[in-house]
Amino acid sequence: MNFRRLTALLASILGGILVVIVTFLAVYAWPAVRFNRLHFLTQNNWNLGNLYADPIMVRGQQVLPAAHYGILFLIAGTLLSTLVAIVLAVPIGVGAAVFLAEALPPVMRAWVSLFVELLAAIPSVVYGLWGYAVVIPFLGHHLFPWMVEHFGFIPFFGGHAGSGYGLLTCGLVLTLMIVPLITATVRDALVTQPAALREGAVALGASRFETLWSVLLPGVRRVLTGASILATGRALGETMAVLMISGNALNYLPNNIYSPISTMASFIVSQLDSALEDPTGMAVRSLAEVALVLCLISIAVNGIARVLLLYQDRQLTRAV
Amino acid sequence: MGTAAAPLPRIRAASHHRLRRTILDFLGWGMSAIAFLLLGGAMVWILAVVVMRGYHALSLTVITHVTEGYGGGLLNAIEGTLILAFGGLILSAPLGLAAGIYLAEFDRGRLAPVIRFLADVLVGVPSIVIGYFCYVTLVERLGWKFSVAAGSVALAIISLPYICRTSEMALRQVPRALREGAYALGARDSRVVLGICVPTALPGILTGVLLALAISVGETAPLIYTADWSNYLWTGHLTKEPIGYLTYAIWAFITEPFASAHALAYAAAFFVTLFVLLISIASRMVLVERPGWRRPWTR
Repeated sequence: MNFRRLTALLASILGGILVVIVTFLAVYAWPAVRFNRLHFLTQNNWNLGNLYADPIMVRGQQVLPAAHYGILFLIAGTLLSTLVAIVLAVPIGVGAAVFLAEALPPVMRAWVSLFVELLAAIPSVVYGLWGYAVVIPFLGHHLFPWMVEHFGFIPFFGGHAGSGYGLLTCGLVLTLMIVPLITATVRDALVTQPAALREGAVALGASRFETLWSVLLPGVRRVLTGASILATGRALGETMAVLMISGNALNYLPNNIYSPISTMASFIVSQLDSALEDPTGMAVRSLAEVALVLCLISIAVNGIARVLLLYQDRQLTRAV
Repeated sequence: MGTAAAPLPRIRAASHHRLRRTILDFLGWGMSAIAFLLLGGAMVWILAVVVMRGYHALSLTVITHVTEGYGGGLLNAIEGTLILAFGGLILSAPLGLAAGIYLAEFDRGRLAPVIRFLADVLVGVPSIVIGYFCYVTLVERLGWKFSVAAGSVALAIISLPYICRTSEMALRQVPRALREGAYALGARDSRVVLGICVPTALPGILTGVLLALAISVGETAPLIYTADWSNYLWTGHLTKEPIGYLTYAIWAFITEPFASAHALAYAAAFFVTLFVLLISIASRMVLVERPGWRRPWTR
């Protein structure tokens, strides 16, 4: 085998990993898919059943009596926390990118950017530690009660302020975790915009901010969309930080933005020990189904982002 | 406005317009500065918490003793983190580099775009899904149990696309003339790539490997299902022997109601954060000097 073929083979192994992951998860989760049917996605009831009773046969699968798996609350928690994060991260990310690319002298740019973008390097579990030990006491005792008092009239901002564990806390911490991706991508795109665009706008009498707002930012819209979708994908799959600050709600939907939630990724970690108690294995297979759903969602999200960014990549590859 | 006084309002409108533009400019820059300060402030806050609390938790015991209940040290976890991270790299670096070589050097057919796309999507697959996959296949089916091997494979899968795509980017920076010269001298593919291109692109390739190392050291979720935790030092078994690691100590010990457990969690966070940040800065320092370089991911 020549060298070219060998590298092609090894590269195919890399490409095949994703296919293998999806296939194995699907095969393993298949009995759960058969047993849970569609109400897996539409109902709020994760119940292992009676652990002390003899297993029974339902729809061709051996399960515990009264076992029922519905993960609507996980889907809601995952999507809502991601929504909060992305709604906050896009304006903050673009704003910071503008500051880094346009307001800073080029000498400082690289190092100041690095400082902010290192937010993405901090491990998830360290965010969890910070959130658990410092942010939650602050939010739960001070900010959330204050918000209920002053902004309680806005839908979902009123009601019980909770203990600090919950949807908004997750959203805020997730924002910090995904914002560097948006900032870095938009900043790179702004810096690499052709100088002629800038010169043209200035020649027409635009101020620097007008140049930015009306000429440069529309030019990076596509990159921003791609980066935002990638950031969405990261927020959907964040595990450890969310596990430590979400409150790990079970079987109920959040009723305001302070409510405890649970996400698919964090639920997989928090439930494995109890799922292993199920002698029929249906609980573990249902967790695999959760992983499969999460995997398919993230593949879809990342696939879309990559297709959108492909155009930009081609441009840059040609420039190099 | 009356028609008779036409010139005057126009001037006034112009000055209003100018005022509005000035205010909008000011607001725009102000908001962008606030956005930046929010991020910078959060970074300082996190670092301050980790460094100050971590520093107070440090002692000689932490790095010389293994964990005993909720106290003792973190020697087992430090050792485990290093073993798992290097185990992952041993698996992922050669494979990732080979794939990167294929994508950068022999990108002629229809296979390369597909692999590139799959690698990019694999980056976005949540690490817990990869951990669960390894649990189902390696830990359960193959019977490896919680072990160094299962944990290393999980970390390798997570690292692979980073190493592959960074290597590809780095190799693409190598001037074509170098390859042409080598081929003109009669060198084979393997000699051109391994003897000329890879050494030239080594700083960039190294960046990808460092990035993978930082990710491996900071990962928690995929290891919970594959490496589990152990209070003891590694005895050298690749399978059927769980192993501890620092990120687990952060997660598991901060929720315990003991001061000694909290101290271990903060000490572990101190080590992990410091290590990850130093690697990230080191890998960036290689790149900041090189214009035209574009990193494939922010992480």
